[in-house]
Amino acid sequence: MNLNPETLSAVKNLIYSTADDHLVLGHRNSEWTGLGPILEEDIAFSSMAQDKLGQALALYQLLNKLGERDPDTIAFTRKENEFRCCHLTEYPIGDYGFSLMRHFLFDEAALLRFDMLSNSGFTELSHIAKKFRGEIKYHVMHAEEWIKQLGNGNEESNRRIQIMFDTVYPLAHGIFEPLENENILIENKIYEGENELEQRWRVRIGKIVKDANIILNETEPKDKHYGGRRGMHTEYLKPLLLEMTEVFSIDPNAEW
Amino acid sequence: MYGGGYIFEESKNGHKEEIDPVKLERFESKIAAGEKIEPADWMPFEYRRQLIRMIEQHAHSEIIGALPEGTWITRAPGFRRKLALMAKVQDEVGHAQLLYSAAETLGKPREVMINDLISGKSKYSNVFNYPAVTWADTAIIAWLIDAGAIINQVANSKGSYGPYCRALERICIEESFHLKYGHDNVVFLATGTPVQRKMVQEALNRWWPPIMHFFGPSDKISVHTETLMKWKVKMASNDDMRQKFLDMYVPKIWELGLTIPDPKLKKNDETGKWEYTEPDWEEFKRVINGDGPCNKERLAVRRRAEEKGEWVRRALMKDKEKYTVPLS
Amino acid sequence: MSLKSLDPRITREELPDVPDNTPLKDIHHWNTFEVFHQSKTGGHHIHVGSLHAPNAEMALILAKEQYARRYNCVNLWVVKTSDILASKKEDEEIFETTPEKLYREASGYKVMEKINKFKNERKKG
Repeated sequence: MNLNPETLSAVKNLIYSTADDHLVLGHRNSEWTGLGPILEEDIAFSSMAQDKLGQALALYQLLNKLGERDPDTIAFTRKENEFRCCHLTEYPIGDYGFSLMRHFLFDEAALLRFDMLSNSGFTELSHIAKKFRGEIKYHVMHAEEWIKQLGNGNEESNRRIQIMFDTVYPLAHGIFEPLENENILIENKIYEGENELEQRWRVRIGKIVKDANIILNETEPKDKHYGGRRGMHTEYLKPLLLEMTEVFSIDPNAEW
Repeated sequence: MYGGGYIFEESKNGHKEEIDPVKLERFESKIAAGEKIEPADWMPFEYRRQLIRMIEQHAHSEIIGALPEGTWITRAPGFRRKLALMAKVQDEVGHAQLLYSAAETLGKPREVMINDLISGKSKYSNVFNYPAVTWADTAIIAWLIDAGAIINQVANSKGSYGPYCRALERICIEESFHLKYGHDNVVFLATGTPVQRKMVQEALNRWWPPIMHFFGPSDKISVHTETLMKWKVKMASNDDMRQKFLDMYVPKIWELGLTIPDPKLKKNDETGKWEYTEPDWEEFKRVINGDGPCNKERLAVRRRAEEKGEWVRRALMKDKEKYTVPLS
Repeated sequence: MSLKSLDPRITREELPDVPDNTPLKDIHHWNTFEVFHQSKTGGHHIHVGSLHAPNAEMALILAKEQYARRYNCVNLWVVKTSDILASKKEDEEIFETTPEKLYREASGYKVMEKINKFKNERKKG
């Protein structure tokens, strides 16, 4: 598929947003490795963090093919305002309930996004989306099982899960911040758009939270936590990037 | 990963186990014939006790061993290293899981073991009480500490207790990835820029004494250790393992132009043995008994991890459920 | 004062800087499950180890990463350890079978000698 400059730029923007989400959340979730609530879950959560980084890498490699810099340079040298991740991914790991809830709400959206992209008219992108389907499907199985079991666990866990849902659900709206020139992607059947994704996601989340004994107040959140897709971030991204690039930036031209 | 230097305990004075000689004979001839002992088999109390102690220490070493390298998990440079370090630290947690299971088959539940770790009652490998000061420290740990661990674990995988051997078999496969990853990492630094080279040399200087401590002091030859060797609980002497390690890795360190901070280190061509400055065993004892640079932090972190996960575990506990000892 | 670590993750935890040796009251580890995996379709499910989980559903989710992340696997079983009935160690001798059971082995049936003898006699005849 030959893309004209305008379409190419819109495609790149889509890939940057998705890849940056996966990089930043994968990085955050990796912080649990060795510190999880029980050994078995420590292992599972670490695998999923690795998967997310692998997904980010594949998307950066595609960007590289489309004329952008190499994946390490993209991930480890860009400035904060060049990142396109949503705010949800940037928050510190918090309590395990927070990390689990974020993992649940984000990966449900990721599964639907990758499903959409599997049918993309831009075949390079659909290849990648298909390749990672299995990984993300497991993430969603894992997340749903945990959310359902903790929601129906004891009084304390139900209360915690409800609080975490009320905290994270509004933040999750930032996942669906409309992309610049999104209409070009929709017209060219490359991507069905954030609005469509959000509608499907709401339906899915609605069903699962019912099983998880979580109350969902379907009012429009006051703040949709937009800005990430335009390079405007929370206070947490900058220190995250400083930490992530600490060694790399000793000498970005060295081979590590 | 885990070295030798297990803290085998001498039997308490006066404690004499009443052993049925017929059962003991059957048990020992089984081991002599190279057969494995399984959880439901009869075994002497002392065999069970020492095995629990050893496997438990090994499991603790894995879970605590995830921390020094974990120090750099958020800062690994580049995708390749970032992914590999995550996978490696994850493997260490996985090894702990396998080893706790093996120890559980002998009758000590995992939570009791973890409590003994957190309250300072049981030990873990001394090396993990040292800090990973720079990125290069993780490279040295992954290469040389894991190399030492492989030597020890390959020996132990030929031991007599079935569940421990099975866990070690899988662990050894994963450790070979760790070793390759660590070597690759050290090679990149040693052949890299002057800054990288300096970093890795300094890390090697820092880690050499703990590496020499890793296999533990020379074994005292006693009736007790002889019994443990006969029962295939202890598989090789600490000195033999240290010699083997030096044989295999000193040339590989030297070929990278790195120096080892021990002026006495050389191979004696006549004896075929390595000569080295005797490690400071007083420091070894001091650190293992709690006074190392990171002991306090390591245990505080494990305590915090258990505490933070408590509500999660409690929420899914069913009152009626009774804990069962895993089968094998 | 909280503990300052070389690991930024640990520094963020704000751990107390004073050692604490008290055992934890409730650690609440879960029950044990045995895990069986099938490495390829057509193969047997083989026991690969055990894990801690609160119930079978969670055991399956957790077993996937601990026992199938590195090796080929197409199917997993988990069984609560207490649901397995194993034969007793002291009954091991029931498996010792006498070697005189040739009547149920293929090697117990050798007729070529008879056939050859029969053929030779027919030829001569």
